[in-house]
Amino acid sequence: MSDRIREKLQILADAAKYDVSCSSSGSDRKNKDKGLGDASHSGICHSYTEDGRCVSLLKILFSNVCIFDCAYCVSRRSNDVQRAAFTVQEVVDLTINFYRRNYIEGLFLSSGIFKSADHTMERMLQVVKKLRLEENFNGYIHLKTIPGASPELIHEAGLYADRMSINLEMPTEVGLKTFAPEKSHQEVQKDLGLVRDRLIQLKDERQIIKHVPKYVPAGQTTQMVVGAHQESDQDVLFMADKHYKEFKLKRVYFSGYIPINTENNYLPAVGSAPPLLRENRLYQSDWLMRFYGFQVNEIVNEKFPNLDLDVDPKLSWALRHPERFPVDLNRADYQMILRVPGIGVKSAKKIVQARRFGKIHIDLLKKLGVAYQRAKFFIHCEDSPKFQKELSSSFIRQQILTQGSSKYVQQLSPQLSLGF
Amino acid sequence: MFNDEVAYYFDGSMVGLLSCIFRAFQFKELQVRLCLNDAAQHGLFADKIEVSNSELHAERVWSALQKKLSSSSLRQFYFAYLSESLDAYQHLFNYCIYVFTSHSSIEKNYSHPSVLAISQWTKKVGREKHRMEAFIRFKKTKDELFLSLVRPDFNVLPLIQSHFKRRYQDQRWLIYDEKRKFGLYYDLKEIHEISLEASKVDRNLKNGMSQSFQLELDEQEILYDQLWKDYFKSVNITERQNIKLHVQYLPKRYWRYLNEKLIEY
Repeated sequence: MSDRIREKLQILADAAKYDVSCSSSGSDRKNKDKGLGDASHSGICHSYTEDGRCVSLLKILFSNVCIFDCAYCVSRRSNDVQRAAFTVQEVVDLTINFYRRNYIEGLFLSSGIFKSADHTMERMLQVVKKLRLEENFNGYIHLKTIPGASPELIHEAGLYADRMSINLEMPTEVGLKTFAPEKSHQEVQKDLGLVRDRLIQLKDERQIIKHVPKYVPAGQTTQMVVGAHQESDQDVLFMADKHYKEFKLKRVYFSGYIPINTENNYLPAVGSAPPLLRENRLYQSDWLMRFYGFQVNEIVNEKFPNLDLDVDPKLSWALRHPERFPVDLNRADYQMILRVPGIGVKSAKKIVQARRFGKIHIDLLKKLGVAYQRAKFFIHCEDSPKFQKELSSSFIRQQILTQGSSKYVQQLSPQLSLGF
Repeated sequence: MFNDEVAYYFDGSMVGLLSCIFRAFQFKELQVRLCLNDAAQHGLFADKIEVSNSELHAERVWSALQKKLSSSSLRQFYFAYLSESLDAYQHLFNYCIYVFTSHSSIEKNYSHPSVLAISQWTKKVGREKHRMEAFIRFKKTKDELFLSLVRPDFNVLPLIQSHFKRRYQDQRWLIYDEKRKFGLYYDLKEIHEISLEASKVDRNLKNGMSQSFQLELDEQEILYDQLWKDYFKSVNITERQNIKLHVQYLPKRYWRYLNEKLIEY
């Protein structure tokens, strides 16, 4: 008995790991009636795998049997892998017992599509309902929407899940048609729209009716695979931006394609390194859009369709816009201070607060945690020299690059190291 | 007397610290070096004063702080105190002097060394609090107690108790700090502070290997412990291996408390 469940868990966790989202944040679900569990608003990572990714949820597939044949997916119909499926009770037991030992924040349930979309969605819904209604489980649940499932099922799932997601898979429609002819962006967007519209509707009702049911409190997310097709960073980021705006998504995840297909010659060959540095730059851009007030076309546009792999996108923007610098830290507004390379959200806030008590000096910046060696080319403080020689962008770029590269570059670089 | 530095000796408790602050204003000694009673540095300072604890004085200082500070600054004060570091105590002392001698709010003046230091200590203690909420692993015993022995860098058990109480309301649990020798026990109704002999529970306490409890465990404990280890292995993507990042997030000193990271001979 225990051997069988171990085997299933290994197969179905292994198949689910390519979904990068593991966040458990954003929900306000409370423990009720002395039950089990309580969502932590900021989320908690209970462990970290050896690849440095967070383990927050029990992330598994309900089944890896799939009627689809998407070339980039390890569970595709034509792939010769071991197949398995959990029973509803098995998933419930695993979740509850892991949660009680403080291993996890909750459950991330996805599935291959067996028989039909509705049939699959129904089984997943059974798991979630059992957890919530029979076990009084109030931990975090992230549920994958099965594309093409009926609106009734999707709406019902939203009543029990904290977060729902459905993956765009490829950043371009052409890419999706090439590798997953059975899927379309249109269908994904239809399902994202369903949940968005219900969220808006309930928000309106909340103003009139006091007790509106909780509905996907942590919102929706999606994921795109990068590096499988010849998409540009502009394609990826414009797609992300569109979905943040149109579908009010909480997160868009980027997953550097890990080659797992030996038959399809259009995909990167098995054994080639995943584009980790590019993935990192995309996430940095995503952060700039969500927390730093950048518009997507400031980061990538027709003229610069791809991100610079040598320097981060914020520095890259600053080097392209010498006319916006130097920024006078004693006078500039918060939004502009935020755009200085080397200054993050926290230090920008501290600068704005501290300058009410006195002038900002270089010494203080270092203490506040500003990366001064980087920021110094772009700022003016009280004790900066009166006349600064104007430096060209290419000179600054060179200076910063020779100062020392990011400690992550080697780890993320697609180039092989020589080992000395 | 006014500008000469004096040394206050106290016991490291919150009451002791607040008593020192009370005394500073009572005798107008605003430049003070704090020392712990058991410290060996006797004789370095000409004026060595042993400040005795006074609940009454502490109470008065605390209520004055409550009037002067926002709730988030009071929280920071408490967090920094729980670092158990003399450096933090000194900054808390200097901070109070600064607070009580200023007319307007100075909470956000990060150019003041103590304001900055307290926000940094708060960050460190807060990180440890968060780590404990993440890294605590319960083992279920035969009599249905969920037990965990930990060794946090700072004294964060007082900070995490409400988190665990909210979360685990239908199981009895015990979190024990083996370094500070006290634990929190939840009996399905409320939390009690208890003490026990940690070396009797964990046979590997002394040698630093992975925890090994010498209590009778629930019959399913081995299964779920194994399933968690299996799961942890299965979700790793070897093509993305990044041990440096792994260790940065999961520092080695916590490994013996995490069942998925096995340390053996």
